[in-house]
Amino acid sequence: MKVAHTFQAEGITAGYENRTILHDVSINIPSNKISVLIGANGCGKSTLLKTMGRLIKPFSGQITLDGKPIDKIPPKQFAQVLGFLPQSPIVPEGITVTDLVGRGRYPHQKFLKGWTKKDYEAVAEAMEIMNITEYADRHIDELSGGQRQRVWIAMALAQQTDILFLDEPTTYLDITYQVEILDLLTDLNRKYGTTIVMVLHDINLSARYADHIFALHNGQIMAEGEPSKVISSNLIKDIFGLHCTVIRDPVSDSPFVVPIGRHHNHVRMYS
Amino acid sequence: MKNKPLLTNKRFHLPKNFSKVLILSIILFVISILASLSFGARIIGWNELLDGLFNSDIQTHEANVVRQRMARTVFSVMCGAALGVSGALMQSVTRNPIADPSILGVNTGAALFVVCGITFLNISTASQYIWLALLGAIITAIFVFGIGSIGSGGATPLKLVLAGAATSSALSSLVMAIMIPRSNVMDQFRFWQVGSVGAGNWEVISIFIPFLIVGFLIAILTAPALNALALGDEAAAGLGVRVGTIRLIAAFGGVLLCGATTALAGPIGFIGLLASHIIRLLIGPDLRFVIPMSALSGAIILTISDICGRLLGTPGELEVGVVTAFIGAPILILITMKAKVRAL
Repeated sequence: MKVAHTFQAEGITAGYENRTILHDVSINIPSNKISVLIGANGCGKSTLLKTMGRLIKPFSGQITLDGKPIDKIPPKQFAQVLGFLPQSPIVPEGITVTDLVGRGRYPHQKFLKGWTKKDYEAVAEAMEIMNITEYADRHIDELSGGQRQRVWIAMALAQQTDILFLDEPTTYLDITYQVEILDLLTDLNRKYGTTIVMVLHDINLSARYADHIFALHNGQIMAEGEPSKVISSNLIKDIFGLHCTVIRDPVSDSPFVVPIGRHHNHVRMYS
Repeated sequence: MKNKPLLTNKRFHLPKNFSKVLILSIILFVISILASLSFGARIIGWNELLDGLFNSDIQTHEANVVRQRMARTVFSVMCGAALGVSGALMQSVTRNPIADPSILGVNTGAALFVVCGITFLNISTASQYIWLALLGAIITAIFVFGIGSIGSGGATPLKLVLAGAATSSALSSLVMAIMIPRSNVMDQFRFWQVGSVGAGNWEVISIFIPFLIVGFLIAILTAPALNALALGDEAAAGLGVRVGTIRLIAAFGGVLLCGATTALAGPIGFIGLLASHIIRLLIGPDLRFVIPMSALSGAIILTISDICGRLLGTPGELEVGVVTAFIGAPILILITMKAKVRAL
């Protein structure tokens, strides 16, 4: 079972060179749960994820992991607790599945020491969890989009962290693979207690798979909490500017957002 | 019930084909060394070769030729290994398949500084060349990467090639401008300008060794972090790599190796490109193996090119820089075309 951590940010302002994207955001990551960041393009979801994951240094504010400011933790040690899968990592030409997954072991490997038994086991286990053991010797270029994404997640799993950050892990995937990936991540959370924080585009899948939702708008957190308590037609109107009606997902009973639009609006007539 | 894991440790300890490639490379390496000792303007037979190597009492003309070629061979092995590793490092740092000292203009920068040194500071020894060449190499590298990174998309392969080519031709016209009015400089520089390992002697080799050691150590120690860097800056940072620091150290190692080689042998192009590309094609992209194997393949390619130059140029010899340019140019075109397709 994964260790519980207190991981929080207080009053962080962050962004890129000349653009401030996050304004005074405070956030507390629920331990051993699945959290999803939602919001319109450019609202700062990815920036928040990257700032918390130490890929971007905040302009001001403080992020602490178990009470310790994260910029005081050596990078490798931090990477043993938190794994970060970016939105579009690069596939080195000609790399095999095993080699790629094995690169997740970097933070655990000592200077000049080779691979240990623990490294091999971690890689084998990660590949088994993601169901890619049979592709071990295949080149990444030969795999489908869904298979590739499983390889990348296996790479992050081989890192054996308690917390896993994923930046849009389902973007560019067919719906079948989106569900497959989210199911696998849920297994991971339920089985090992891995704290998962991810950015997702699909609100309905977010509502179904998240234990906790952070809704961002203009670089600030507008609402957070359980999906059933957070997602309402008003919230969607506020953060996406979209008129919608919210029904119950017939499969999971989570909130389900149905956009209204201008052309197919007979709901209003009957209700 | 848990199935027995399909993975065995060995399977991801060594790249596929690694042992085959290693054995083949060692055989080629030995052959190229023996050939380098025996071929040339005068071809030495097997017995004389052994006499020259192991029987220091025998003072035949042939045995002496072998001893002379010994230094040249060792020097060419060192230069080839340095350029091979330098290419692998630069390609990793820039995540760019065509990064090579000669294409990026680093060699020409080193050359300009050496010419200025000969002209204005009256320097004439290898140990003086080396520092000037290094300085020139470092400044040019920073300059070319700076220009190549301007605009959208950062330092893309195409922009780097253009920046390198433009810088290279600008710097070589400067070299010409300084050199042409001064015939004494021209004489001294002429032989250096076309890369050649013919000047290799034990003194030059001893100057070279510390630079080689530092460069190789940097390459081997940064290899695991560079492996992570190959997945992109964000993924590497997520794995706990200090991205900026590792880039700087590895780039320094690459420039050090090629700068020192250029100082002592003159600009030899394309070895960095050829050596690491062939190796990657054979054993895949794991730098912990690609780096040492690039050293080996660079040594083989340069030594064989040098032998070709000696044989093709008889009765004189063709400098090895000319030979590698002939082999390297078409291969660069192939790789650039492939890289462009991938980038699109």
